[in-house]
Amino acid sequence: MTQRRLVVNEPGEMRFEVHRSALVDPAVFEMEQRRIFDRCWIYVGHESEVRQPGDFRTRTVCGRPLIFTRDSRAQVRVYLNTCRHRGAMVCREREGNAERYTCFYHGWTYDRDGALYAIPGQSAYPPGFDRNSLPLQEPPRVESYRGFVFLSFDRGIVPLAEYLGNAKEYIDIVLDQSPSGQMEVIEGTQEYDIRANWKLLVENSFDDYHLITTHSTWLDYLKRSGVEMKRPQKGEILPSSGRGRDLGNGHGTTDNVNFRGRPVAKWIPLYGETAKPEIERIRAELVARLGAERATRVADTNRNLLVFPNFFLLDGSAVTIRTFEPVAPDRIHVRACALGPVEETPAARAIRLDAFLTFYGPGGFATPDDIEALESVQQAMGTWREVEWSIISRGMAKEGEQLNTDERHLRAFWIQWDKLMRSE
Amino acid sequence: MNRAEAEDFLYQEAALLDAWKLDEWLGLLTEDAVYRVPSNDRPDGDPRKALFTIADDIHRIRARVRRLQDPNAHAESPPSRTRRMISNVRLVAPLRIESNFTIHRFRRGDDQRTYVGRYRHTLRMEGEKPRIASREAILDAMELASLGTVSFIL
Repeated sequence: MTQRRLVVNEPGEMRFEVHRSALVDPAVFEMEQRRIFDRCWIYVGHESEVRQPGDFRTRTVCGRPLIFTRDSRAQVRVYLNTCRHRGAMVCREREGNAERYTCFYHGWTYDRDGALYAIPGQSAYPPGFDRNSLPLQEPPRVESYRGFVFLSFDRGIVPLAEYLGNAKEYIDIVLDQSPSGQMEVIEGTQEYDIRANWKLLVENSFDDYHLITTHSTWLDYLKRSGVEMKRPQKGEILPSSGRGRDLGNGHGTTDNVNFRGRPVAKWIPLYGETAKPEIERIRAELVARLGAERATRVADTNRNLLVFPNFFLLDGSAVTIRTFEPVAPDRIHVRACALGPVEETPAARAIRLDAFLTFYGPGGFATPDDIEALESVQQAMGTWREVEWSIISRGMAKEGEQLNTDERHLRAFWIQWDKLMRSE
Repeated sequence: MNRAEAEDFLYQEAALLDAWKLDEWLGLLTEDAVYRVPSNDRPDGDPRKALFTIADDIHRIRARVRRLQDPNAHAESPPSRTRRMISNVRLVAPLRIESNFTIHRFRRGDDQRTYVGRYRHTLRMEGEKPRIASREAILDAMELASLGTVSFIL
Protein backbone atom coordinates (compact mmCIF):
# COMPACT_ATOMS: atom_id res chain seq x y z
CA MET A 1 0.00 0.00 0.00
CA THR A 2 1.28 3.37 -1.00
CA GLN A 3 1.90 5.91 1.75
CA ARG A 4 0.75 8.78 -0.45
CA ARG A 5 -1.80 11.19 1.02
CA LEU A 6 -4.97 10.64 -1.01
CA VAL A 7 -7.01 13.58 0.25
CA VAL A 8 -5.37 17.00 0.49
CA ASN A 9 -7.43 19.39 2.59
CA GLU A 10 -5.70 22.74 3.03
CA PRO A 11 -8.30 25.33 4.06
CA GLY A 12 -5.54 27.92 4.47
CA GLU A 13 -4.60 27.55 0.82
CA MET A 14 -8.22 26.96 -0.25
CA ARG A 15 -7.12 23.64 -1.66
CA PHE A 16 -9.15 20.42 -1.56
CA GLU A 17 -7.97 17.69 -3.88
CA VAL A 18 -8.34 13.95 -4.17
CA HIS A 19 -5.60 11.79 -5.59
CA ARG A 20 -6.96 9.92 -8.57
CA SER A 21 -5.24 6.67 -7.61
CA ALA A 22 -8.02 6.42 -5.01
CA LEU A 23 -10.33 5.60 -7.93
CA VAL A 24 -8.20 2.89 -9.53
CA ASP A 25 -5.75 1.35 -7.08
CA PRO A 26 -6.69 -2.25 -6.10
CA ALA A 27 -4.87 -1.78 -2.78
CA VAL A 28 -7.12 1.20 -1.96
CA PHE A 29 -10.14 -0.88 -2.91
CA GLU A 30 -9.09 -3.74 -0.60
CA MET A 31 -8.46 -1.36 2.27
CA GLU A 32 -11.86 0.27 1.77
CA GLN A 33 -13.54 -3.09 2.27
CA ARG A 34 -11.94 -3.53 5.67
CA ARG A 35 -11.67 0.03 6.95
CA ILE A 36 -14.90 1.50 5.61
CA PHE A 37 -17.46 -1.11 4.68
CA ASP A 38 -16.62 -3.41 7.62
CA ARG A 39 -16.64 -0.52 10.09
CA CYS A 40 -19.74 1.46 9.18
CA TRP A 41 -23.48 0.89 9.35
CA ILE A 42 -24.47 -0.43 5.93
CA TYR A 43 -28.01 -0.48 4.55
CA VAL A 44 -29.56 -3.93 4.06
CA GLY A 45 -33.20 -3.30 3.21
CA HIS A 46 -36.51 -1.88 4.30
CA GLU A 47 -38.86 -3.59 6.75
CA SER A 48 -41.70 -3.38 4.22
CA GLU A 49 -39.83 -5.77 1.94
CA VAL A 50 -40.43 -8.60 4.42
CA ARG A 51 -43.93 -8.27 5.81
CA GLN A 52 -44.84 -11.71 7.17
CA PRO A 53 -42.92 -14.29 9.21
CA GLY A 54 -40.82 -16.28 6.76
CA ASP A 55 -40.80 -13.60 4.03
CA PHE A 56 -37.27 -13.26 2.73
CA ARG A 57 -35.11 -11.42 0.22
CA THR A 58 -31.60 -12.52 -0.62
CA ARG A 59 -29.00 -9.91 -1.43
CA THR A 60 -25.30 -9.28 -1.15
CA VAL A 61 -24.08 -6.60 1.22
CA CYS A 62 -20.39 -5.87 1.82
CA GLY A 63 -19.58 -8.90 -0.30
CA ARG A 64 -21.58 -11.19 2.01
CA PRO A 65 -24.59 -13.05 0.60
CA LEU A 66 -27.42 -12.47 3.08
CA ILE A 67 -30.95 -13.57 3.82
CA PHE A 68 -33.04 -10.58 4.90
CA THR A 69 -36.15 -11.96 6.60
CA ARG A 70 -38.69 -11.99 9.41
CA ASP A 71 -38.57 -14.78 11.95
CA SER A 72 -41.50 -16.63 13.53
CA ARG A 73 -42.01 -13.78 16.02
CA ALA A 74 -42.12 -11.27 13.12
CA GLN A 75 -38.75 -9.81 14.07
CA VAL A 76 -36.56 -8.62 11.19
CA ARG A 77 -33.47 -10.79 10.98
CA VAL A 78 -30.40 -10.99 8.78
CA TYR A 79 -28.63 -14.30 8.24
CA LEU A 80 -25.33 -14.92 6.52
CA ASN A 81 -26.39 -17.10 3.61
CA THR A 82 -23.98 -19.98 4.12
CA CYS A 83 -24.46 -23.45 5.51
CA ARG A 84 -22.55 -24.07 8.75
CA HIS A 85 -21.57 -27.46 7.37
CA ARG A 86 -19.58 -26.79 4.21
CA GLY A 87 -20.65 -23.39 3.08
CA ALA A 88 -23.20 -23.58 0.27
CA MET A 89 -25.89 -20.92 0.19
CA VAL A 90 -28.97 -22.24 1.96
CA CYS A 91 -31.30 -19.99 -0.05
CA ARG A 92 -30.86 -19.26 -3.73
CA GLU A 93 -34.20 -17.63 -4.53
CA ARG A 94 -34.39 -13.87 -4.94
CA GLU A 95 -37.46 -13.56 -2.71
CA GLY A 96 -40.28 -15.60 -1.24
CA ASN A 97 -41.59 -17.09 1.97
CA ALA A 98 -39.87 -20.01 3.63
CA GLU A 99 -40.77 -22.28 6.52
CA ARG A 100 -37.26 -23.71 6.44
CA TYR A 101 -34.04 -23.34 4.48
CA THR A 102 -32.56 -26.62 3.28
CA CYS A 103 -29.03 -26.63 1.97
CA PHE A 104 -29.29 -28.68 -1.21
CA TYR A 105 -25.68 -29.87 -0.99
CA HIS A 106 -25.94 -32.29 1.98
CA GLY A 107 -29.39 -31.50 3.26
CA TRP A 108 -28.77 -29.57 6.46
CA THR A 109 -31.97 -27.72 7.24
CA TYR A 110 -32.50 -24.49 9.20
CA ASP A 111 -35.79 -23.05 10.42
CA ARG A 112 -36.92 -19.49 9.79
CA ASP A 113 -35.45 -18.47 13.15
CA GLY A 114 -32.04 -19.61 11.93
CA ALA A 115 -31.80 -22.69 14.17
CA LEU A 116 -30.29 -25.85 12.71
CA TYR A 117 -33.41 -27.97 12.54
CA ALA A 118 -32.26 -31.25 10.98
CA ILE A 119 -29.16 -33.02 9.74
CA PRO A 120 -29.34 -36.15 7.56
CA GLY A 121 -27.56 -38.98 9.39
CA GLN A 122 -26.68 -36.97 12.48
CA SER A 123 -25.59 -40.09 14.43
CA ALA A 124 -22.33 -40.30 12.44
CA TYR A 125 -21.02 -37.10 14.02
CA PRO A 126 -18.68 -37.53 17.00
CA PRO A 127 -19.90 -37.24 20.61
CA GLY A 128 -20.11 -33.64 21.71
CA PHE A 129 -21.43 -32.48 18.33
CA ASP A 130 -24.09 -29.95 19.24
CA ARG A 131 -26.66 -29.08 16.63
CA ASN A 132 -27.91 -26.19 18.76
CA SER A 133 -24.57 -24.42 18.51
CA LEU A 134 -24.80 -24.21 14.73
CA PRO A 135 -27.54 -21.76 13.75
CA LEU A 136 -27.30 -19.64 10.64
CA GLN A 137 -24.81 -17.00 11.64
CA GLU A 138 -25.81 -13.34 11.81
CA PRO A 139 -23.86 -10.12 11.29
CA PRO A 140 -22.58 -8.80 14.64
CA ARG A 141 -24.99 -5.85 14.61
CA VAL A 142 -28.38 -5.28 12.97
CA GLU A 143 -30.47 -2.22 13.84
CA SER A 144 -33.15 -0.20 12.14
CA TYR A 145 -34.27 3.40 12.04
CA ARG A 146 -37.91 3.99 11.08
CA GLY A 147 -38.05 0.97 8.80
CA PHE A 148 -34.56 1.24 7.28
CA VAL A 149 -32.50 -1.78 8.35
CA PHE A 150 -28.73 -1.52 8.58
CA LEU A 151 -26.03 -3.98 9.60
CA SER A 152 -22.50 -3.61 10.79
CA PHE A 153 -19.65 -6.07 10.86
CA ASP A 154 -18.04 -3.96 13.60
CA ARG A 155 -19.33 -5.32 16.90
CA GLY A 156 -18.19 -2.20 18.77
CA ILE A 157 -19.79 0.40 16.50
CA VAL A 158 -21.96 3.12 18.05
CA PRO A 159 -25.74 2.51 17.92
CA LEU A 160 -27.33 3.19 14.53
CA ALA A 161 -29.36 6.17 15.80
CA GLU A 162 -26.18 7.80 17.08
CA TYR A 163 -24.33 7.00 13.85
CA LEU A 164 -27.09 8.57 11.74
CA GLY A 165 -26.97 11.71 13.86
CA ASN A 166 -28.09 14.74 11.87
CA ALA A 167 -29.12 12.53 8.93
CA LYS A 168 -32.17 11.42 10.98
CA GLU A 169 -33.79 14.81 10.52
CA TYR A 170 -33.62 14.35 6.76
CA ILE A 171 -35.00 10.83 6.88
CA ASP A 172 -37.86 12.15 9.02
CA ILE A 173 -38.76 14.79 6.43
CA VAL A 174 -39.26 12.06 3.83
CA LEU A 175 -41.35 9.94 6.19
CA ASP A 176 -43.60 12.90 6.91
CA GLN A 177 -45.05 12.34 3.42
CA SER A 178 -47.03 9.52 5.02
CA PRO A 179 -49.96 10.28 7.38
CA SER A 180 -48.81 7.40 9.60
CA GLY A 181 -45.09 8.07 9.11
CA GLN A 182 -44.73 4.79 7.26
CA MET A 183 -43.30 4.37 3.80
CA GLU A 184 -43.02 1.14 1.85
CA VAL A 185 -40.76 -0.14 -0.86
CA ILE A 186 -42.74 -0.46 -4.08
CA GLU A 187 -42.24 -3.64 -6.09
CA GLY A 188 -39.85 -3.55 -9.02
CA THR A 189 -36.11 -3.24 -8.52
CA GLN A 190 -33.61 -1.52 -10.74
CA GLU A 191 -30.33 -3.37 -10.49
CA TYR A 192 -27.57 -2.31 -12.83
CA ASP A 193 -23.82 -2.09 -12.98
CA ILE A 194 -21.71 0.99 -13.53
CA ARG A 195 -18.18 0.60 -14.83
CA ALA A 196 -16.77 3.14 -12.43
CA ASN A 197 -15.44 3.55 -8.92
CA TRP A 198 -18.11 3.70 -6.23
CA LYS A 199 -16.93 7.02 -4.85
CA LEU A 200 -17.76 8.65 -8.18
CA LEU A 201 -21.36 7.54 -7.70
CA VAL A 202 -21.35 8.96 -4.18
CA GLU A 203 -20.22 12.32 -5.52
CA ASN A 204 -22.63 12.24 -8.46
CA SER A 205 -25.65 11.30 -6.35
CA PHE A 206 -25.66 14.64 -4.54
CA ASP A 207 -23.60 16.84 -6.85
CA ASP A 208 -25.92 19.53 -8.21
CA TYR A 209 -23.16 21.35 -10.08
CA HIS A 210 -23.47 18.89 -12.99
CA LEU A 211 -27.21 19.33 -13.48
CA ILE A 212 -27.18 22.07 -16.13
CA THR A 213 -24.63 20.41 -18.39
CA THR A 214 -25.08 16.68 -17.85
CA HIS A 215 -28.88 16.87 -17.73
CA SER A 216 -29.67 19.59 -20.26
CA THR A 217 -31.96 17.21 -22.19
CA TRP A 218 -33.95 16.51 -19.02
CA LEU A 219 -34.27 20.21 -18.25
CA ASP A 220 -35.36 20.74 -21.85
CA TYR A 221 -38.00 18.04 -21.41
CA LEU A 222 -39.35 19.75 -18.27
CA LYS A 223 -39.35 23.12 -19.97
CA ARG A 224 -41.20 21.85 -23.05
CA SER A 225 -43.78 20.19 -20.84
CA GLY A 226 -44.60 23.56 -19.27
CA VAL A 227 -42.55 23.53 -16.06
CA GLU A 228 -41.57 27.04 -15.11
CA MET A 229 -37.78 27.59 -15.13
CA LYS A 230 -36.85 30.77 -13.34
CA ARG A 231 -33.64 32.58 -14.14
CA PRO A 232 -31.03 31.69 -11.55
CA GLN A 233 -30.53 34.18 -8.75
CA LYS A 234 -27.31 36.17 -8.76
CA GLY A 235 -24.30 33.94 -8.14
CA GLU A 236 -26.30 30.76 -8.73
CA ILE A 237 -26.68 28.47 -11.74
CA LEU A 238 -29.92 26.57 -11.14
CA PRO A 239 -33.57 27.67 -11.52
CA SER A 240 -34.12 27.40 -7.78
CA SER A 241 -31.94 27.96 -4.76
CA GLY A 242 -30.41 25.15 -2.79
CA ARG A 243 -27.93 24.35 -0.08
CA GLY A 244 -25.32 21.67 0.41
CA ARG A 245 -24.93 20.49 4.00
CA ASP A 246 -22.31 18.57 5.91
CA LEU A 247 -24.29 16.50 8.44
CA GLY A 248 -21.30 15.03 10.26
CA ASN A 249 -19.92 11.46 10.29
CA GLY A 250 -19.46 11.71 6.52
CA HIS A 251 -23.20 12.14 5.91
CA GLY A 252 -24.38 15.04 3.81
CA THR A 253 -27.31 16.32 1.84
CA THR A 254 -28.53 18.79 -0.67
CA ASP A 255 -31.50 20.82 0.47
CA ASN A 256 -33.16 22.59 -2.45
CA VAL A 257 -36.25 24.61 -3.20
CA ASN A 258 -38.28 22.44 -5.56
CA PHE A 259 -38.87 23.49 -9.16
CA ARG A 260 -39.34 20.10 -10.79
CA GLY A 261 -42.66 18.83 -9.43
CA ARG A 262 -43.25 16.36 -6.60
CA PRO A 263 -45.76 13.55 -6.16
CA VAL A 264 -46.05 14.93 -2.58
CA ALA A 265 -47.19 17.50 -3.39
CA LYS A 266 -46.44 19.92 -6.21
CA TRP A 267 -48.31 19.44 -9.46
CA ILE A 268 -46.55 20.08 -12.78
CA PRO A 269 -48.11 19.84 -16.25
CA LEU A 270 -46.21 16.58 -16.88
CA TYR A 271 -48.53 14.81 -14.44
CA GLY A 272 -51.56 15.69 -16.59
CA GLU A 273 -54.70 17.65 -15.67
CA THR A 274 -56.37 14.56 -14.24
CA ALA A 275 -53.70 14.31 -11.53
CA LYS A 276 -54.35 17.83 -10.22
CA PRO A 277 -57.14 17.09 -7.72
CA GLU A 278 -55.19 14.16 -6.25
CA ILE A 279 -52.04 16.26 -5.72
CA GLU A 280 -54.16 19.04 -4.18
CA ARG A 281 -55.80 16.54 -1.84
CA ILE A 282 -52.39 15.24 -0.72
CA ARG A 283 -51.22 18.78 -0.12
CA ALA A 284 -54.30 19.63 1.95
CA GLU A 285 -53.73 16.54 4.09
CA LEU A 286 -50.11 17.58 4.70
CA VAL A 287 -51.08 21.10 5.75
CA ALA A 288 -53.85 19.82 8.04
CA ARG A 289 -51.57 17.29 9.68
CA LEU A 290 -48.26 19.16 9.84
CA GLY A 291 -49.15 22.84 9.63
CA ALA A 292 -48.24 25.10 6.73
CA GLU A 293 -44.56 25.50 7.54
CA ARG A 294 -43.72 21.83 7.90
CA ALA A 295 -45.90 20.98 4.90
CA THR A 296 -43.78 23.36 2.82
CA ARG A 297 -40.64 21.71 4.17
CA VAL A 298 -41.93 18.28 3.15
CA ALA A 299 -43.59 19.16 -0.15
CA ASP A 300 -41.54 22.01 -1.60
CA THR A 301 -37.95 20.92 -1.02
CA ASN A 302 -35.86 18.25 -2.71
CA ARG A 303 -33.11 16.53 -0.81
CA ASN A 304 -30.46 14.01 -1.84
CA LEU A 305 -29.24 12.50 1.42
CA LEU A 306 -26.10 10.43 1.81
CA VAL A 307 -25.74 8.16 4.82
CA PHE A 308 -22.07 7.36 4.73
CA PRO A 309 -20.78 5.42 2.88
CA ASN A 310 -23.28 4.04 0.34
CA PHE A 311 -26.93 4.73 1.18
CA PHE A 312 -28.78 7.47 -0.66
CA LEU A 313 -32.32 8.60 -0.02
CA LEU A 314 -33.17 10.75 -3.03
CA ASP A 315 -36.30 12.82 -2.55
CA GLY A 316 -36.79 14.58 -5.87
CA SER A 317 -38.97 13.58 -8.82
CA ALA A 318 -40.04 10.70 -6.54
CA VAL A 319 -38.40 9.02 -3.55
CA THR A 320 -35.62 6.60 -4.41
CA ILE A 321 -33.52 4.38 -2.23
CA ARG A 322 -30.21 3.96 -4.01
CA THR A 323 -27.55 1.75 -2.54
CA PHE A 324 -24.60 0.05 -4.09
CA GLU A 325 -21.88 -2.54 -3.74
CA PRO A 326 -18.40 -1.81 -4.96
CA VAL A 327 -17.26 -5.08 -6.61
CA ALA A 328 -13.97 -3.88 -8.11
CA PRO A 329 -12.11 -0.56 -8.24
CA ASP A 330 -13.91 0.14 -11.51
CA ARG A 331 -17.24 -1.60 -10.98
CA ILE A 332 -20.39 -0.96 -8.93
CA HIS A 333 -23.57 -2.99 -8.53
CA VAL A 334 -26.40 -0.51 -7.96
CA ARG A 335 -29.74 -1.45 -6.40
CA ALA A 336 -32.49 1.15 -6.59
CA CYS A 337 -36.15 1.09 -5.71
CA ALA A 338 -39.04 3.47 -5.17
CA LEU A 339 -40.47 4.33 -1.77
CA GLY A 340 -44.03 5.54 -1.23
CA PRO A 341 -46.42 6.26 1.66
CA VAL A 342 -48.31 3.13 2.73
CA GLU A 343 -51.61 5.05 2.56
CA GLU A 344 -51.07 6.23 -1.02
CA THR A 345 -54.13 5.84 -3.25
CA PRO A 346 -53.74 3.83 -6.47
CA ALA A 347 -53.98 7.08 -8.44
CA ALA A 348 -51.26 8.79 -6.40
CA ARG A 349 -49.08 5.70 -6.58
CA ALA A 350 -49.36 5.71 -10.37
CA ILE A 351 -48.34 9.40 -10.48
CA ARG A 352 -45.37 8.65 -8.24
CA LEU A 353 -44.14 5.78 -10.39
CA ASP A 354 -44.56 7.76 -13.57
CA ALA A 355 -42.74 10.77 -12.09
CA PHE A 356 -39.93 8.50 -10.93
CA LEU A 357 -39.22 7.40 -14.49
CA THR A 358 -38.92 10.93 -15.89
CA PHE A 359 -35.57 11.34 -14.19
CA TYR A 360 -34.33 8.26 -12.39
CA GLY A 361 -33.24 4.85 -13.40
CA PRO A 362 -31.53 3.01 -16.24
CA GLY A 363 -34.28 4.02 -18.68
CA GLY A 364 -34.91 7.50 -17.27
CA PHE A 365 -34.08 10.80 -18.92
CA ALA A 366 -31.20 11.59 -16.56
CA THR A 367 -29.58 8.59 -14.87
CA PRO A 368 -28.12 7.11 -18.10
CA ASP A 369 -26.23 10.36 -18.66
CA ASP A 370 -24.93 10.27 -15.08
CA ILE A 371 -23.65 6.78 -15.69
CA GLU A 372 -22.06 7.91 -18.93
CA ALA A 373 -20.27 10.67 -17.01
CA LEU A 374 -18.99 8.26 -14.36
CA GLU A 375 -17.80 5.74 -16.92
CA SER A 376 -16.13 8.51 -18.86
CA VAL A 377 -14.24 9.57 -15.73
CA GLN A 378 -13.22 5.99 -15.04
CA GLN A 379 -11.91 5.42 -18.57
CA ALA A 380 -9.92 8.63 -18.30
CA MET A 381 -8.30 7.43 -15.06
CA GLY A 382 -5.75 5.66 -17.23
CA THR A 383 -4.07 9.06 -16.98
CA TRP A 384 -3.85 9.20 -13.19
CA ARG A 385 -0.07 8.98 -13.12
CA GLU A 386 0.17 12.15 -15.22
CA VAL A 387 -2.94 14.05 -14.09
CA GLU A 388 -2.90 13.17 -10.43
CA TRP A 389 -5.48 15.30 -8.65
CA SER A 390 -9.21 15.96 -8.85
CA ILE A 391 -10.46 19.31 -7.59
CA ILE A 392 -13.28 19.55 -5.04
CA SER A 393 -12.89 23.09 -3.74
CA ARG A 394 -16.08 24.83 -4.91
CA GLY A 395 -17.36 27.16 -2.25
CA MET A 396 -14.35 26.74 0.02
CA ALA A 397 -13.82 30.47 0.38
CA LYS A 398 -17.41 31.11 1.47
CA GLU A 399 -18.35 31.89 5.01
CA GLY A 400 -21.48 30.24 6.38
CA GLU A 401 -23.85 28.19 4.27
CA GLN A 402 -22.89 26.71 0.94
CA LEU A 403 -24.92 26.21 -2.20
CA ASN A 404 -25.98 22.81 -3.47
CA THR A 405 -23.69 23.55 -6.42
CA ASP A 406 -20.78 24.08 -4.03
CA GLU A 407 -18.99 21.06 -2.70
CA ARG A 408 -18.95 21.15 1.08
CA HIS A 409 -21.08 18.02 1.29
CA LEU A 410 -18.76 16.22 -1.15
CA ARG A 411 -15.77 17.28 0.91
CA ALA A 412 -17.49 15.98 4.05
CA PHE A 413 -17.71 12.55 2.42
CA TRP A 414 -14.06 12.57 1.41
CA ILE A 415 -12.87 13.81 4.80
CA GLN A 416 -14.64 10.92 6.55
CA TRP A 417 -13.36 8.49 3.92
CA ASP A 418 -9.82 9.71 4.49
CA LYS A 419 -10.18 9.55 8.26
CA LEU A 420 -11.36 5.95 8.20
CA MET A 421 -8.78 4.91 5.63
CA ARG A 422 -6.00 6.26 7.84
CA SER A 423 -7.25 4.60 11.05
CA GLU A 424 -5.66 1.24 11.82
CA MET B 1 -52.59 -9.88 -41.00
CA ASN B 2 -50.89 -13.25 -41.31
CA ARG B 3 -47.59 -14.30 -39.80
CA ALA B 4 -45.51 -13.31 -42.82
CA GLU B 5 -47.03 -9.83 -42.71
CA ALA B 6 -46.41 -9.63 -38.97
CA GLU B 7 -42.78 -10.57 -39.54
CA ASP B 8 -42.40 -7.98 -42.27
CA PHE B 9 -43.82 -5.35 -39.95
CA LEU B 10 -41.45 -6.21 -37.08
CA TYR B 11 -38.45 -6.36 -39.42
CA GLN B 12 -39.32 -2.94 -40.78
CA GLU B 13 -39.58 -1.52 -37.27
CA ALA B 14 -36.25 -3.09 -36.30
CA ALA B 15 -34.57 -1.68 -39.42
CA LEU B 16 -35.75 1.84 -38.58
CA LEU B 17 -34.55 1.59 -34.99
CA ASP B 18 -31.17 0.14 -35.96
CA ALA B 19 -30.76 2.93 -38.51
CA TRP B 20 -31.72 5.54 -35.87
CA LYS B 21 -34.52 6.73 -38.17
CA LEU B 22 -36.49 7.64 -35.09
CA ASP B 23 -38.90 10.11 -36.69
CA GLU B 24 -39.92 7.46 -39.19
CA TRP B 25 -40.26 5.00 -36.35
CA LEU B 26 -42.62 7.42 -34.56
CA GLY B 27 -44.74 7.24 -37.71
CA LEU B 28 -45.40 3.57 -36.97
CA LEU B 29 -47.08 4.43 -33.66
CA THR B 30 -50.68 5.31 -32.92
CA GLU B 31 -51.53 8.63 -31.27
CA ASP B 32 -51.99 6.84 -27.95
CA ALA B 33 -49.14 4.35 -28.15
CA VAL B 34 -47.28 3.05 -25.10
CA TYR B 35 -43.75 1.65 -24.83
CA ARG B 36 -42.77 -0.35 -21.77
CA VAL B 37 -39.80 -2.18 -20.35
CA PRO B 38 -40.70 -3.78 -17.01
CA SER B 39 -38.19 -4.14 -14.18
CA ASN B 40 -36.29 -7.39 -14.54
CA ASP B 41 -37.71 -8.79 -11.30
CA ARG B 42 -41.32 -7.91 -12.25
CA PRO B 43 -41.59 -8.97 -15.92
CA ASP B 44 -45.38 -9.16 -15.65
CA GLY B 45 -45.80 -6.05 -13.51
CA ASP B 46 -48.37 -3.31 -13.89
CA PRO B 47 -46.71 0.11 -14.33
CA ARG B 48 -49.33 1.73 -12.08
CA LYS B 49 -48.26 -0.54 -9.22
CA ALA B 50 -44.68 -1.56 -9.92
CA LEU B 51 -41.55 0.37 -10.76
CA PHE B 52 -40.60 -0.16 -14.41
CA THR B 53 -37.42 0.59 -16.29
CA ILE B 54 -39.44 2.41 -18.95
CA ALA B 55 -43.18 3.14 -19.01
CA ASP B 56 -43.79 5.77 -21.69
CA ASP B 57 -47.05 7.12 -23.01
CA ILE B 58 -46.95 8.69 -26.46
CA HIS B 59 -45.87 12.07 -25.07
CA ARG B 60 -42.85 10.59 -23.36
CA ILE B 61 -42.05 8.40 -26.35
CA ARG B 62 -41.86 11.55 -28.46
CA ALA B 63 -39.85 13.31 -25.76
CA ARG B 64 -37.52 10.29 -25.64
CA VAL B 65 -36.95 10.51 -29.39
CA ARG B 66 -36.34 14.25 -29.17
CA ARG B 67 -33.85 13.63 -26.37
CA LEU B 68 -32.04 10.92 -28.30
CA GLN B 69 -31.69 13.27 -31.27
CA ASP B 70 -30.05 15.89 -29.04
CA PRO B 71 -26.24 15.66 -28.92
CA ASN B 72 -26.53 16.30 -25.18
CA ALA B 73 -28.12 12.89 -24.62
CA HIS B 74 -24.64 11.88 -23.53
CA ALA B 75 -25.35 8.19 -22.99
CA GLU B 76 -26.14 7.90 -26.69
CA SER B 77 -23.84 10.55 -28.06
CA PRO B 78 -22.28 9.42 -30.27
CA PRO B 79 -25.09 6.92 -30.76
CA SER B 80 -24.41 3.26 -30.18
CA ARG B 81 -24.72 0.81 -33.02
CA THR B 82 -27.43 -1.74 -32.53
CA ARG B 83 -28.41 -4.83 -34.47
CA ARG B 84 -31.70 -6.54 -33.76
CA MET B 85 -32.39 -10.20 -34.50
CA ILE B 86 -36.09 -10.98 -34.32
CA SER B 87 -37.39 -14.55 -34.43
CA ASN B 88 -40.06 -16.96 -33.16
CA VAL B 89 -42.74 -14.59 -34.38
CA ARG B 90 -46.24 -15.68 -33.38
CA LEU B 91 -49.62 -14.10 -33.92
CA VAL B 92 -51.21 -14.90 -30.57
CA ALA B 93 -54.45 -13.09 -31.43
CA PRO B 94 -55.53 -10.87 -34.29
CA LEU B 95 -53.02 -7.96 -34.42
CA ARG B 96 -51.21 -9.23 -31.32
CA ILE B 97 -47.67 -10.37 -32.06
CA GLU B 98 -45.19 -12.00 -29.73
CA SER B 99 -41.60 -12.46 -30.80
CA ASN B 100 -38.12 -13.04 -29.43
CA PHE B 101 -35.31 -10.55 -29.80
CA THR B 102 -31.58 -10.40 -29.48
CA ILE B 103 -30.21 -6.89 -29.65
CA HIS B 104 -26.47 -6.42 -29.83
CA ARG B 105 -25.29 -3.01 -28.81
CA PHE B 106 -21.84 -1.66 -29.61
CA ARG B 107 -20.14 1.46 -28.36
CA ARG B 108 -16.61 2.68 -28.69
CA GLY B 109 -14.51 1.73 -25.70
CA ASP B 110 -17.21 -0.54 -24.32
CA ASP B 111 -17.86 -4.25 -24.30
CA GLN B 112 -20.53 -5.55 -26.61
CA ARG B 113 -23.81 -5.77 -24.71
CA THR B 114 -26.47 -8.28 -25.67
CA TYR B 115 -30.09 -7.63 -24.71
CA VAL B 116 -32.20 -10.77 -24.97
CA GLY B 117 -35.92 -10.98 -24.42
CA ARG B 118 -39.33 -10.93 -25.99
CA TYR B 119 -41.50 -8.33 -27.60
CA ARG B 120 -45.25 -8.02 -27.22
CA HIS B 121 -46.75 -5.82 -29.90
CA THR B 122 -50.38 -4.84 -30.04
CA LEU B 123 -51.28 -3.31 -33.39
CA ARG B 124 -54.28 -1.37 -34.62
CA MET B 125 -55.29 -0.88 -38.24
CA GLU B 126 -55.37 2.75 -39.32
CA GLY B 127 -56.95 2.55 -42.74
CA GLU B 128 -54.94 -0.07 -44.57
CA LYS B 129 -51.88 0.30 -42.35
CA PRO B 130 -51.07 -1.49 -39.10
CA ARG B 131 -49.86 0.85 -36.37
CA ILE B 132 -48.29 0.06 -32.98
CA ALA B 133 -50.63 0.78 -30.07
CA SER B 134 -48.44 -0.95 -27.53
CA ARG B 135 -44.96 -2.40 -27.53
CA GLU B 136 -43.40 -4.11 -24.56
CA ALA B 137 -39.81 -5.28 -24.45
CA ILE B 138 -39.40 -7.82 -21.67
CA LEU B 139 -35.80 -8.64 -20.86
CA ASP B 140 -34.78 -12.12 -19.78
CA ALA B 141 -31.77 -11.01 -17.72
CA MET B 142 -32.40 -11.50 -13.98
CA GLU B 143 -31.00 -8.03 -13.38
CA LEU B 144 -29.82 -5.42 -15.83
CA ALA B 145 -26.38 -5.95 -14.25
CA SER B 146 -23.73 -5.71 -16.95
CA LEU B 147 -26.29 -4.47 -19.48
CA GLY B 148 -26.12 -1.23 -17.52
CA THR B 149 -28.74 1.10 -18.89
CA VAL B 150 -31.49 1.05 -21.49
CA SER B 151 -30.50 4.35 -23.06
CA PHE B 152 -31.51 3.48 -26.63
CA ILE B 153 -34.96 2.28 -27.72
CA LEU B 154 -35.17 -1.46 -27.09
